[in-house]
Amino acid sequence: MDWFLQQTINGLGLGAIYALIALGYTMVYGVLRFINFAHSDVLMLGAFTGFYVAPRIEKIFGHQSVMGMIMVFVLAAVVCACLGMLIERLAYRPLRNRPKLTVLITAIGVSLLIEFTAQHEKVFGAAPQPFPSLLKEHSIRLGNLVISSNDVLMVGVTVFLLAGMWWIVQRTRIGTAMRAVSHNQQAALLMGVPVNLIISFTFGLGSALAAIAGILYAIKAPGIEPLMGVQPGLRAFIAAVLGGIGNLPGAVLGGVLLGLLETFAGGIPELSNYRDAIAFGILILILLVKPAGLLGRATVEKV
Amino acid sequence: MPFPGAKRWLLVGIALAILASYFTPQFNRYYLGVVIDVGIAIILATSLNLINGHTGQFSLGHAGFMAVGGYFSAWISLQVGASAPAIWYFPLALIAGGLLAAFVGLLVGVPSLRLRGDYLAIVTLGFGEIIRVVAQNTEAIGAASGLKGIPKFTTLGWTFGFAAVTIYAVTALVNSTYGRGFIAVHDDEIAAESNGVDTTKTKVTAFVTGAFFAGIAGGLYAHHKQFLSPTGFDWLKSIDIVVMVILGGMGRTAGVIAAAILLTLMPEFLRDFSDYRMILYALLIILLMLLRPAGLFAFNFKRRKHS
Repeated sequence: MDWFLQQTINGLGLGAIYALIALGYTMVYGVLRFINFAHSDVLMLGAFTGFYVAPRIEKIFGHQSVMGMIMVFVLAAVVCACLGMLIERLAYRPLRNRPKLTVLITAIGVSLLIEFTAQHEKVFGAAPQPFPSLLKEHSIRLGNLVISSNDVLMVGVTVFLLAGMWWIVQRTRIGTAMRAVSHNQQAALLMGVPVNLIISFTFGLGSALAAIAGILYAIKAPGIEPLMGVQPGLRAFIAAVLGGIGNLPGAVLGGVLLGLLETFAGGIPELSNYRDAIAFGILILILLVKPAGLLGRATVEKV
Repeated sequence: MPFPGAKRWLLVGIALAILASYFTPQFNRYYLGVVIDVGIAIILATSLNLINGHTGQFSLGHAGFMAVGGYFSAWISLQVGASAPAIWYFPLALIAGGLLAAFVGLLVGVPSLRLRGDYLAIVTLGFGEIIRVVAQNTEAIGAASGLKGIPKFTTLGWTFGFAAVTIYAVTALVNSTYGRGFIAVHDDEIAAESNGVDTTKTKVTAFVTGAFFAGIAGGLYAHHKQFLSPTGFDWLKSIDIVVMVILGGMGRTAGVIAAAILLTLMPEFLRDFSDYRMILYALLIILLMLLRPAGLFAFNFKRRKHS
């Protein structure tokens, strides 16, 4: 029982990160109907932004201060939001009315470009580098359970951001516009919604979430390197599809499920090597039963 | 028939391949290796072109099928060892690898081809990764450290012989009465369905045929490099093949072959700039999609008749 609870707690921390990344995939899919393969690299860039600004922030706000940590998050989010919008403007917008496949391949190209450029020795280099600890890690004991303060931080930041996201999407004008674009782009345009602006904003928002997820992931990971985004990106992507791509609560549900699944499979030695295969296997099974994902709505194709 | 005299061209291709393999010892080993790489790339790109180009599905798992064929035929070679003359069992091992890949293709294709577009891409990507993870954890085929000591059977003759067969099979299939169904599915799935084309069966046929030839290419690759590692079959490898198909222009056999040759040779030419090689490669993909989305060799006078 203790083992079960312990794994659940660890899984929630990981699932929270996946949920944040999956939200970015799902939002972009919602407005543009394509999978932004470069999203996982934005996550990596977010972690590296944190890596470079953290020492400077530390000088201003003091070592391992809460204020400093928040500043690192905000700066990384701003930098990545700009990057996300830039990628959309340069690579995806010119292809807006082309076949989806073309855009998908371009996204893969952008992803490879960022990864290989970052791996170049004059940029970040391929070797892993230790991420500075932003907050002192405490272990909280509850009976036989050990909860790391980092897990609490992850879940806390995620819940906060999810609440913020919900507020933006459901309660603000720009959120209403996002939902309109996602519902029917043509109609939204006719109603006077500035579609390009909304798409840019969506990319920015998704990339900001990815940046924060990247830093949270880096805090837990042994080191950061240019390919660090690939694994969590792939899993978050599975999570987004699992929950029903384009569906925001679905992405969160998928992320948490996948995080739990991964820690439970990882806790059983015979299964730990097959983690990725299991994640994909479950995804395939669910897609076969519910082709639109767990919370997605099946659409009828009209001729 | 693909075009008049196609069978003759097939025979000419095979004869040239056999002839070339007699002169093999006179070639520089490095160039020989590169030329065999080109031949394998042609098989992979042509077979994926059947799925992604002619039939209009989007498979991102071609490297997985290549892995299945490669591992199986290499395993057979290692089991048989030197007890039988290579000329007899090598083609059998290749075909066995191809058949197993085709069988896996059937297992993957039947459930997943009900999905469309992005979802199909994800599922095939997932299957490719599952195959890789399984290979990485199976001790009998070397697990993560890879399969070593595979005999070097792949020659110029075998490679280009199979390349000629692949090109012939794909063009003949697409241009047959049955094969028109592939193009119908590509152009409009709903219209094809309402005209009596069994779309699921057509897609599965394309998938299984493509997987078969990918398996053969995997076998040739295994007996060429003499070493197989699961990491060599990750989804980047699948992307490489997809890029060949897109660069060549989906559904244009000649263009796809040209792209396979170009993209295999390019890294060799860029050897001096190896630091920037992959960056250039990624830039090439993006620029190509922005500027020439129908493929590098898409010229107006070569407009496809059936579109």
